[in-house]
Amino acid sequence: MTLLSPEFVALFIRAFAITLGVTAAGLAIALLLGLPVALALRSRRTVLSVPARLYVELMRGAPLVILLFLVYYGGPSVGLLLDAPTAGIAGLGLYGAGYFAEIYRAGLNAVPPGEIEAARMLGLGRTQIFLHIQMPGALRLILPPGTGQAINLLKESAVLSIITVPELTKTAGEIANLTFSAVTPYLVAALLYWAAVETLARTGRAAERRLGAAQK
Amino acid sequence: MLAMLHQTYPVLLDGLMMTLLVSGIALLIGCPLGLLIARAALSDSRAARWTSGIYRSFWRGTPILVQLIIVFYLPMSFGLKVAPVLAAIVALALNTAAFQSEIYRAGLSAIPAGQLEAARLLGLTRAQILVRIEAPQAIRLMLPALISEALALIKNSSLVSVIAVTEITRRAQQIASATFHPLEAYTLALVAYLAIAAVLAGAGLLVERRLAHGGSR
Repeated sequence: MTLLSPEFVALFIRAFAITLGVTAAGLAIALLLGLPVALALRSRRTVLSVPARLYVELMRGAPLVILLFLVYYGGPSVGLLLDAPTAGIAGLGLYGAGYFAEIYRAGLNAVPPGEIEAARMLGLGRTQIFLHIQMPGALRLILPPGTGQAINLLKESAVLSIITVPELTKTAGEIANLTFSAVTPYLVAALLYWAAVETLARTGRAAERRLGAAQK
Repeated sequence: MLAMLHQTYPVLLDGLMMTLLVSGIALLIGCPLGLLIARAALSDSRAARWTSGIYRSFWRGTPILVQLIIVFYLPMSFGLKVAPVLAAIVALALNTAAFQSEIYRAGLSAIPAGQLEAARLLGLTRAQILVRIEAPQAIRLMLPALISEALALIKNSSLVSVIAVTEITRRAQQIASATFHPLEAYTLALVAYLAIAAVLAGAGLLVERRLAHGGSR
């Protein structure tokens, strides 16, 4: 079958690598940016908590494709010129940060206040308390939904094909045009996505088990 | 932007209606289908559990965009031409059925086994037990999760624009290319989606409050 010729296999491998790359980059932005947003959500100062809440509701209420169109096609009207992969990664990261902020917030809220008080009594600083008491305590609660969200970002990265990022879905379309077989390339893409999703899910479950064992 | 809104609101409103129509029908089809898949997942038959597992794994483990394209092009490779709207509804329905089935599975597992035994002893058939005993309770228990699934479905429906279904996103694209003002056009689309999200969130709060008062026993 022509679909399995070396050139198509090479195209699929390259596209799969780009999918994994943009997902990893978007996930990294989401993980990093989500944390300050979560802290702002938890803040008693409304100048912090209200904008953070608006940001989260905006990112969670809007489809990714609209956010990408705004950045990629709307950006130039306000002097923001990004190439497609950069716009895609930025969009994916900003979008994911809204979800991760909520995940972090829920995790941090579940840490018993007594633990934080005890740490303060023992003379730990705010940063120390955050790094050594709050984050490890929250991690157990963050990990399961965090894995789910990472999987969502991987799947949502397919939307980057619409703004012409040459990732897996876009490449499947190009191969479909070349081979005149409309469905098979997309089935191959689906299989690759599925394998990546399963790997992420299994890794997440293994991490949960290890974390559970370590804390017992 | 207001000038654009004034000029284009009939088109946008048309897109909004299409978004709600496609998502609404998909959500309704996904409901019985999701219940069936959930029932199969909890079945005694290994074949039923396996089939249900494969179904959920595929529809939850691959991007909706890829699923949509496969559903749209698959009949074509057998020489059948399917209207884009129909393909969109089918793809969204099959997708949401998998996600809804996870919600129902949790809901059905929460129903005490004693109730089902009692119903069986009273002579109710399997279908009757599902429709009269299990479904009403599961739906009430799972309504908050169903509302967030509805929101996810509406957001996913933005992707049916790629097969030229004229919903909000597609309409915004048309306006953007006709007016050369993409920023304004997509901002209007964004506002439309946020309005839907706000209405759904409001409905969710209302439902939760009602359930908190009337649903406890």
